Amino acid sequence: MQYFVQQLINGLTLGSIYGLIAIGYTMVYGIIGMINFAHGDIFMVGAFTALIVFLVLGALFYSVPIVVALLIMMVVAMLLTSLYNWTIEKVAYRPLRGSFRLAPLITAIGMSIALSNFVQVTQGPRNKPVPPMVSKVYDIAGVSVSLKQIIIVVVTAILLAIFWYLVNKTALGRAQRACEQDRKMAALLGIDVDRTISITFIMGAALAAVAGTLFLMYYGVVVFSDGFTPGVKAFTAAVLGGIGSLPGAVLGGLLIGFIESMWSAYFSIDYKDVAAFSILAIVLIFLPSGILGRPEVEKV
Amino acid sequence: MAVTVTPERDVVATPIQRALREAFYAGAISLGLFVLFIGLKTDQNISNELILVQRWGLLAAVVILTAVGRFLYVGFAQPAMERAKAEKAQAPAAAVTAPGFLRRNFNKIGVAVLLVYPIVIVLLVGFQGSLKWVDNFGIQILIYVMLAWGLNIVIGLAGLLDLGYVAFYAVGAYAYALLGTHFGLSFWILLPAAGMMAAFWGVMLGFPVLRLRGDYLAIVTLAFGEIIRLVLINWREVTNGSAGISGIPKVTFFGLMSFNVSDPNYIAKVLGIAQSGAYYKIFLYYLILGLCFLTAFVTIRLRRLPVGRAWEALREDEIACRSLGINTTTTKLTAFATGAMFGGFAGSFFAARQGFVSPESFVFLESAIILAIVVLGGMGSLGGIAVAALVMIGGTEILRELDFLKAIFGPDFTPELYRMLLFGIAMVVVMLWKPRGFVGSREPTAFLKERRAVSGSFTKEGHG
Repeated sequence: MQYFVQQLINGLTLGSIYGLIAIGYTMVYGIIGMINFAHGDIFMVGAFTALIVFLVLGALFYSVPIVVALLIMMVVAMLLTSLYNWTIEKVAYRPLRGSFRLAPLITAIGMSIALSNFVQVTQGPRNKPVPPMVSKVYDIAGVSVSLKQIIIVVVTAILLAIFWYLVNKTALGRAQRACEQDRKMAALLGIDVDRTISITFIMGAALAAVAGTLFLMYYGVVVFSDGFTPGVKAFTAAVLGGIGSLPGAVLGGLLIGFIESMWSAYFSIDYKDVAAFSILAIVLIFLPSGILGRPEVEKV
Repeated sequence: MAVTVTPERDVVATPIQRALREAFYAGAISLGLFVLFIGLKTDQNISNELILVQRWGLLAAVVILTAVGRFLYVGFAQPAMERAKAEKAQAPAAAVTAPGFLRRNFNKIGVAVLLVYPIVIVLLVGFQGSLKWVDNFGIQILIYVMLAWGLNIVIGLAGLLDLGYVAFYAVGAYAYALLGTHFGLSFWILLPAAGMMAAFWGVMLGFPVLRLRGDYLAIVTLAFGEIIRLVLINWREVTNGSAGISGIPKVTFFGLMSFNVSDPNYIAKVLGIAQSGAYYKIFLYYLILGLCFLTAFVTIRLRRLPVGRAWEALREDEIACRSLGINTTTTKLTAFATGAMFGGFAGSFFAARQGFVSPESFVFLESAIILAIVVLGGMGSLGGIAVAALVMIGGTEILRELDFLKAIFGPDFTPELYRMLLFGIAMVVVMLWKPRGFVGSREPTAFLKERRAVSGSFTKEGHG
C-alpha cells in the first residue's frame, strides 16, 4: 500500500509537469487548429534558460536563498521563453495562416529541429548537470515525499488557478474563447484576432517555461534533446484528455504521469514509454475525441 | 484571409524611416532571444562543474547582423519586390510563354541524368574518387527519394497524415538484418519478404486507426513509430538493443558475382579487373535507382487503377467517397500497406548498404525529414519530391564538404554542427516561400474531355 501511494505521488509530480506542457499544445490547437510541434523544444528552451539564470545567480552573488533563486529563474524563463514562442508564431506560423493544413505543421517541425540544434550549437551537446537545489525529504507514514515534489505540485496548482481565472473570468479569456469558436465572427465583433493568438502562444510558452524550470529542479540535468520526449508525451496527454479542452490537458497529463510511474513500478521500466503510447492508441480507438473532448460533428 | 492592420504612421513614414524602426525592433528582439544563449555558454570545467563562458562580442555581432538584415529587407528588398509585382500586374497578360524545353522534358532529362551520373563521376574523378560522390550524394539522396515517394502514396494520394513512416523503414531494415545474419538468406529473397513484412505492419497499424482522422491519426502514427523504436531498443535478446546488428551480408550480383574480396566469385576476379570498393557502390546506386523507378512506376500506374482513384477521392472528401459506395476501410488499408511496403524495400536496402543497423537510424527526426520532403516537393508530384530530396538532403550533405569555411572562421569551425540547424531553418523558409511545395500544381488523373488544372481553393491538398 505504501509502495502504491509512493508511486501515486511520483506520478502526480510527473503528471503536473506534463500537464503544464500539455496546456500549451491544447490551447494552440484549440485556437488555430495546428499541432505546435516546436512546443516541446520551447519547454527545453525554458529549462535551459532556467539553468543559465541559475548559473548567473551563482556567479553574481555569494549565496541566494533557494526560494528567491527559483522565483527569479521561473520569471526570467517565462519572459524569455514567451519571447521565443511569440517570435516563432510571428515568423513561421502567422504568414501561413489560412494556407493549407500541412504547411504550418511543416514549419513547426522545422522550428523544432532548428530550436534544438540552435541550443546544441550555442550551448554544446553534453548533458548539463546542476548541483541539487532542494534536497529535503519528508517521511509521512512510511511514504517519502521530497520537498521538490511538494514544490512542483504546489506551483502547478497555483499556476492552474491563475490560468483558470485568466481564461474564464477576464476579457482576454473571453476573446480567446471567442476566437476558438469562430475566428471570423470574433474579428467582426472587434476582437484583435492576431493579438489574441499571440497572447495564446505567450501563455503556452510561459507555462512550458515553468514546467522546464521545475523539470530542471527535479532531475537536476538538462540536455539540448530533452524537448522531444516530454513534448510528445505532453501532446499525448493533450490528445488523451481531448485536444482543445483545458481541464482535459491537465487530466491527460496526470493520467500519463500515473501510467508511467505505475508501469515502471510494477512491470518494466524499459517499456514505460511504450505503455504510455499504447494506452493513447487504445483510448483513441474506443474514444476518438479523447476523455473530455467534444465529439467532432461531421458536416456534409 | 490576410488581415493586415496598417497603422497610420506607416503611411506617413518614408521606407527608410520605417526600415530604421523595424531594424531597431528586430535588434531588440534578437538581443532578448540571444542574450543568454549566445552571450553566455555553459561549459564544464575540470572538476565537472558548470561554469559560464562570456561571449559578448559574438552576441553583439549577431544582434547587429539581424538589425542590418532587417533594415535592408524592409528598406530595399521589400519596396523592390512590390515594384516588380506592380510592373508585372500592369504588363499585358500576353506574356504567358510556353514552358521551355527544360521544363517540358524535365522528367526525361532527370531520368537520363540519374542513369549516367555514376559513369560521369567515374570518368571525371576515377574509381577511388567516385566513392564519396556516388555513396554520400547519389545513394543517400535516392534512399530519401524512395522513402518520400513511398510516403507520398499515404499522404499525397490517400491524404492520411502519417508521422511514423520510419517504423516501416525500420521493419524492413531489421527484417533483412535478422534474417540475413541468422539464416544467411540472400538479399533477393529478403527484399520482397521485407516489403511484405512492412506491408503487414502497415495493415496492423491501419486497423486500429481507421476511425481516426487528421491530427489524431498523426499522433497515433507518431506513437506507433516510437513504440517500434522503443521495442527495438529494449528487446535485447533479438535486436541486440541500442548496440544494433552488424555484419549484415552484402548484396550479390543476382548470385552470379559477389562483392566480397575473399569470395571465389569476387567481381574483380570474374571480370579480370582491378580491385576496388567502388564497384559495390555503383552497383548499389543502380539498385536503389531501380527500386526508385519501381516505386514511381507503381505510383503512376496505381493512380489510373480504381484503387488509386479511390485514394484520391478519399483525400478530397471522405464522406462523399463513402456515399459513392467506396469501401473506405479497404481503401485506407491498401494505402497504408502499399506505402509501408516501399518503406520496407528501402529499409532492407539501407541495411544492406550500411552493413549495420541500430535503433538510432529510425528516430522521429527521420520521419519528419521524409514528411518535409513530401510536402516541400508538392504533395503528389513525383518530380517535385525528387527535387526537394535533392535540395534538402544534397544541401545538408554538401555542408560536410565545406572545408574552406575553416579557413575563414578558424580551425574550430565545424560546418557539420550547423547541418541540422540549417536544415530546420530551410524547412521553414522554403515553406514560407512556397507553401504548396516546389511543384504546386498537379495534372488531374481523371478528367472529362480535356485536362484542366483545378484551382487549389477547391481541393484539400495542393492543386489538381
